[in-house]
Amino acid sequence: MHAVGTRLDAGTGRRPGLLGRGGGPRRRRDDRLVGWLFLLPVIVGFLIFYAYPTVRGVWYSFTDYSLLNDPAYVGADNYRQLVSDDQFWNALKVTGYYVVVNIVSQTVLALGLAALMHRLTRSVVLRATLLVPWLVPNVTIGLLWAWMLDPDLGFVNHLLGLAGLDATLSFNSPAWAMPLVALVNSWAYTGYTALLLYAGMLQIPPHLYEGAAIDGAGEVRMFRSITLPLLRPILALVLVVSLIGSFQIFDTVAVVYGGKAPIPETRVIYYYIYQQAFTYFHMGYASAVAMVLVVILGVLTAVQMRMLRASRSDLG
Amino acid sequence: MFSGIKIGRGVTWFALAAAVVLTVFPFYWMVRTALTPAADLYTDSTALWPQNPTLINFARILGLVSAEEARAAGGSGAHIDFLLYTTNSLVYSGLIAVVQTFCCAMAGYAFARLRFPGRDLAFAVIVAALMVPPIFTLLPNFVLVKQLGILNTIPGLVLPSLLMTPFAVFFLRQFFLSIPRDVEEAATLEGISRWGMFWRIVLPMSRGPLITIGLTTVVWSWKDYLWPLLVGKGESTRVLTVGLGVFLQQSPNRAPDWTGLMAGSVLSILPVLLLLVFLGKRLVQSMNFSGMK
Repeated sequence: MHAVGTRLDAGTGRRPGLLGRGGGPRRRRDDRLVGWLFLLPVIVGFLIFYAYPTVRGVWYSFTDYSLLNDPAYVGADNYRQLVSDDQFWNALKVTGYYVVVNIVSQTVLALGLAALMHRLTRSVVLRATLLVPWLVPNVTIGLLWAWMLDPDLGFVNHLLGLAGLDATLSFNSPAWAMPLVALVNSWAYTGYTALLLYAGMLQIPPHLYEGAAIDGAGEVRMFRSITLPLLRPILALVLVVSLIGSFQIFDTVAVVYGGKAPIPETRVIYYYIYQQAFTYFHMGYASAVAMVLVVILGVLTAVQMRMLRASRSDLG
Repeated sequence: MFSGIKIGRGVTWFALAAAVVLTVFPFYWMVRTALTPAADLYTDSTALWPQNPTLINFARILGLVSAEEARAAGGSGAHIDFLLYTTNSLVYSGLIAVVQTFCCAMAGYAFARLRFPGRDLAFAVIVAALMVPPIFTLLPNFVLVKQLGILNTIPGLVLPSLLMTPFAVFFLRQFFLSIPRDVEEAATLEGISRWGMFWRIVLPMSRGPLITIGLTTVVWSWKDYLWPLLVGKGESTRVLTVGLGVFLQQSPNRAPDWTGLMAGSVLSILPVLLLLVFLGKRLVQSMNFSGMK
C-alpha cells in the first residue's frame, strides 16, 4: 500500500503544488493513487453488491422472470398488474397499520422510560438490561412470543385465565394478530429506543432543571417545558430511523406461524415480496413491488440524512 | 407537599421496576421452558420452576444424543445440530464485522483526509445507496450468488456485506473529520506515508468508534435471517436463526417442539449476552446516534 505518490513532496519538494492551488510553500501531497487505493475494497463491494444489483433490480421490474428462464422485457406490465392487485394493496395496508401501532407504542414507552432514567438513575446495569431484547434475533423473539401466546399452554393466556378473562390472545386471531406482532416488536425495541433518547437527554444542560426546580416546577412540567422541546431534533431523528426499520418487518411474521405463510391480516409488504419472489418465482413482479417500497423508504431516508447532518453539527 | 414528592418517586421507581420485569421475565420463561421435559409440558407449563428440570433439550438439539433418545425426549428425531449453527453464526457475524469495519475505516479516512479528484462524487454516490432498502438489492444479489455457483457456501453468505455498508463509511468519515489535524500534521513533517498515518496513528486513536461500529455490525449480522435463509439454508452453512426456522418446520403436523425450540432460543442469545456482559459498559455508553442503521 506504500504508493509512490505519498512521498513525492516529503523530502525535497520536487514537484510542489502538484494538485494546483498555485504551488505555494504549503506542502500538498498527491493523493490521487493512494486515495483510490484506500477506497478500493469499498468501491469493489459497492459496485458489485450495491450498484449492479440496484440496476438489475430496476431492470427485473420491467421483465417477466422466473429464475429458470432469462428475464423477458414486458414493459410496464408488472406495474399495471400491481395497481389492480388486491393482495398488494392489502400488504401496504397491513404494513401501514403495523408501522403506526409499532411506532406509536414504542416511541411513547421509550420516551417515558428515558425520562424516568434521566431523572432518577445513571445505572449502567439498568441500561444494559433494557438493551438485552435488542441483541436478540427477531426470529428468537418471534418464537419466544409465539410460545408465550400459545393458545393452550402460553403463559400470557394462562395469566388471562387467572385474571378471570375468557379471551385468548393469539397470532391466529384476525383482529389481534397485527396488534400483537406490533407490540412484540415494540417490546423488543423500546429499550434500545429509550437509550437513544436518553443519550439525547443527557445533552440537555442540567442547570435548566435546577433553575426550574427552584422556581417550583414539578417533574411533569419540566418534562413538557424543558425535556420535550430540547429533545425534539433527536426525537424526530429517532422517529424517522424507527419508521424506516418498521417498514421492513419480516422475521417476526415469518416465524410466529410455525414456518407457514402468515394470515392475510399480517402478510406485510416484505413478506409479500419474499413470497412472490421465492414461493411463486415471480422475480419481475416482486421487484416491481420492491420498487414501491424503495420510493416510500427513499423519501424517509432523505429526511433522515438531512436530520443526521443537522443534528451532528449541533451536538458535535 | 413533601409526602407528595415521595409518593411520586415511589411510583416512578415502580414504573422502572415494571419495565425491568417486563423485559427480563420472557427470557426467564424461555430458560424455564428449555429446562422442562417435553413430556411434562401439558401438566407442568405454568409453575415458576419445572418439577423435573432437565438438560436433555439442550443435549438433543446439540446432536449429543441418538435419534431414538431425541424422539423419546419429544423431538422429531430429524437431524439437528445447533453446535454447527452456532459456529456458523459466529463465523458469519465475526467475519463481516471485522472485515467490513476495516474496509469502511480505510474509505472513511480517504474521504475525510485525502484529496483527489472524484472523491466527493464517490462519497455522494455511496451515501445515496443508503436510500435503497435491503430487500431491493436482496433479490438481484440472490440471483448473482446463484449464478456464481456459491449458494450454500460461506463466501456466498458473507460476500455482499463483507466489504462495505454505506452507513459505516458515512459514520467513520464523520468521525475522522472530527479528529484534530495537529497530530497528523506533526507526523507529516516526519515524512510518514499515508498508509503509516492511517495504520499507526489514526486507527489507534479511533478505537472507540471502531468498536462501536464493529459491535453494531456483529449484533445486526447475528440477527440476520432473510439473507442467510435464501443463500445458506443448506445444513453446512445454516446459521442459528435459519436453524431455528428449520427446526420449527420439522414438526408441521403437531404442536411445535417448544422445549427444544426454547433451548435453541437460549443458544441464540448466549453469545450476544456474553458480549453485553463483557463489553456492556462500552456498548451502553457509546449508545448515541452511532448505533443507528
